[in-house]
Amino acid sequence: MPNDNIEIEVTDPTAPAENSPPLARTLTVDIWAMVVLAGFAALMAWDNYRTGMGWTEDGPEPGYFPFYLSVILILASVYGIVKSLGERRKAAGNAEVFVTRDQFKRVLLVFLPAVAFCVGMQWLGLYVSSFLLTAGFMIFVGRLSVWKSLLTALIFSLAMFFIFEIKFDVIMPKGPLEALFGY
Amino acid sequence: MEAFSLLLHGFSVLLTWKILGLMFVGLILGVFVGVLPGLGGPNGVAILLPITFSMDPTSAIVMLSCIYWGALFGGAITSILFNIPGEAWSVATTFDGYPMAQQGKAAEALTAAFTSSFIGSFVAVLLITFVAPGIASFALRFGPAEFFSVYLLTFCSFVGLGREDKHKTIISMALGLLLTGIGMDTVSGTLRMTFGSTDLLRGVNFLVAVIGLFGISEILLTMEEQLALKGHAAAISIRTVFKVWREMPRYWVTLVRSSAIGCWLGITPGGAIAASFMGYNLAKRFSKDPDGFGTGKIEGVFAPETAAHASGTSALLPMLALGIPGSGTAAILLGGLMVWGLNPGPLLFVEHKDFVWGLIASMYLGNVVGLVIVLATVPLFASVLRVPFAAIAPMIVVSCAIGAFAIQNAMFDIWLMLGFGVIGYVFKKIGIPLAPLTLALVLGSRAEDAFRLAMISGSGSFGIFWSNWLVGSITTLSFILLFLTQIEKGISRIGRVLRPARA
Repeated sequence: MPNDNIEIEVTDPTAPAENSPPLARTLTVDIWAMVVLAGFAALMAWDNYRTGMGWTEDGPEPGYFPFYLSVILILASVYGIVKSLGERRKAAGNAEVFVTRDQFKRVLLVFLPAVAFCVGMQWLGLYVSSFLLTAGFMIFVGRLSVWKSLLTALIFSLAMFFIFEIKFDVIMPKGPLEALFGY
Repeated sequence: MEAFSLLLHGFSVLLTWKILGLMFVGLILGVFVGVLPGLGGPNGVAILLPITFSMDPTSAIVMLSCIYWGALFGGAITSILFNIPGEAWSVATTFDGYPMAQQGKAAEALTAAFTSSFIGSFVAVLLITFVAPGIASFALRFGPAEFFSVYLLTFCSFVGLGREDKHKTIISMALGLLLTGIGMDTVSGTLRMTFGSTDLLRGVNFLVAVIGLFGISEILLTMEEQLALKGHAAAISIRTVFKVWREMPRYWVTLVRSSAIGCWLGITPGGAIAASFMGYNLAKRFSKDPDGFGTGKIEGVFAPETAAHASGTSALLPMLALGIPGSGTAAILLGGLMVWGLNPGPLLFVEHKDFVWGLIASMYLGNVVGLVIVLATVPLFASVLRVPFAAIAPMIVVSCAIGAFAIQNAMFDIWLMLGFGVIGYVFKKIGIPLAPLTLALVLGSRAEDAFRLAMISGSGSFGIFWSNWLVGSITTLSFILLFLTQIEKGISRIGRVLRPARA
């Protein structure tokens, strides 16, 4: 049978462009991640050394187990740094791309609103904040029609409120709007 | 036949309207999550975890495991209709599934995928029913040294058998174990690695980390990609179902082989991904028509799906019997057990009979009901993909936040979740596997306790890990697995040296 029975099609209006310039190479990020991990492990090792990583008559001191884990983590990260540095020299300029500029923009487009949502929920409460996030995201990022977005966001937030606050008694941060209704 | 009567008891626990309803909801939610681009088993379970917090443990685990089965079924829908593998282990399904859909045989391919998933899971559940209780009662004799050696075996087999760079697996594991050490030391009461922060006093909660690693990071990854898609719509008629089922017995060798591979790789933490590829490749190698693979051969759908599901299900065996999850998703389920106040390990079979056998019975029932649901509702779920991701992304963020906050009612956990989201995003992109990290986070404190107790009873000597044949052989096996690649290389080198001499 010929291949013409395609029936579902979804488009992506704000898709990242294929030819967007690369922002970072995977190997570079790889190396920096290992550096951060090694640094974190060193900090942990130092703290555990301070707590005590030796052996007393009633068994190992509290820092014993984590101290040696930090050492393993440092060794593995340093090995990773050396290995990736070598690979980067070999690959020269055409290594695998970690993220392009367009892609990074899209990641921020979801990550920053998520952060704003978390900040907002401390004052506005979770449910109002989630209404704003859903509606805003659908309108500005998804380019969906305004009334559809507002309605979806309203139904979603109300459903969440009903499920968690009323049905399951899960206490979430609430703000002035909920207080108005006596919750 | 003690297992059999216990299983019947398990079914009697399940057969209440409330639990059956939850199963149904869980399966639907699971298929929904499985169909959504980028999300799959572990993500679905992590995101939907908060719903179960206020349930009793049996209802909660039944619902979560049904979400998991649903997600497994859902992954096949996108692979076959859209050529988008929802999960890494559905990649092999696209090889023959998508060509079949292009030839207008989507319904056959879907029926084949669902049915073989069902068979794979069913074989694995049978294995769990009859083998897990035995292992658990054997493990009741384990002391701390034995337990630590089993944990060691789990971690080492990740390093030795995993496909990722060894050092990256080690990093992932060491980081996870280290993070579990943060907070108050349970043995001495000393504060460790808190740097004076009162929020870190409670430690890094496993579920908060998992929600970040699997929920938030997955959204970041999905957003990066082109979200436009094109695919086939399909409805399955009863006639197609029976046609495929009549054909099926011809492929019994493939089904048995794939089930066996899946069960084996599921119990050892090798994972469903390896199982699905191995099932596919072996079916191809032993086939009379190997060139037909990749062009839309139904056997090419049977083989990987059976193996992937057998492995996904049997990953729950070590979780139930020993408290050691065989996969990332199993680790998340295990984390759930601890939230509901159950202590994972061999004692579970003794102390919480209702729970364990209810779960096992739910695996049988969930798979049967799941099979019926997906066969009947494929067109509906395929159209879920029409829902724009811009509407789904914020909802996932919100439910992640609810989950992270609800665990300890702490705002700090939300920030932690966002942090883990970024970590998960970067790790996935640079090839640091997340499964060992998850496993380490869930096993960390128990591994440490076992290690300490063993060391105390051995008065500080590592000899305790070779003190009897049992613990000694597990520990030795761990080291063999750890250096598996090096050992293989060594053996082949010796082989090369010897062969010319013989010739």
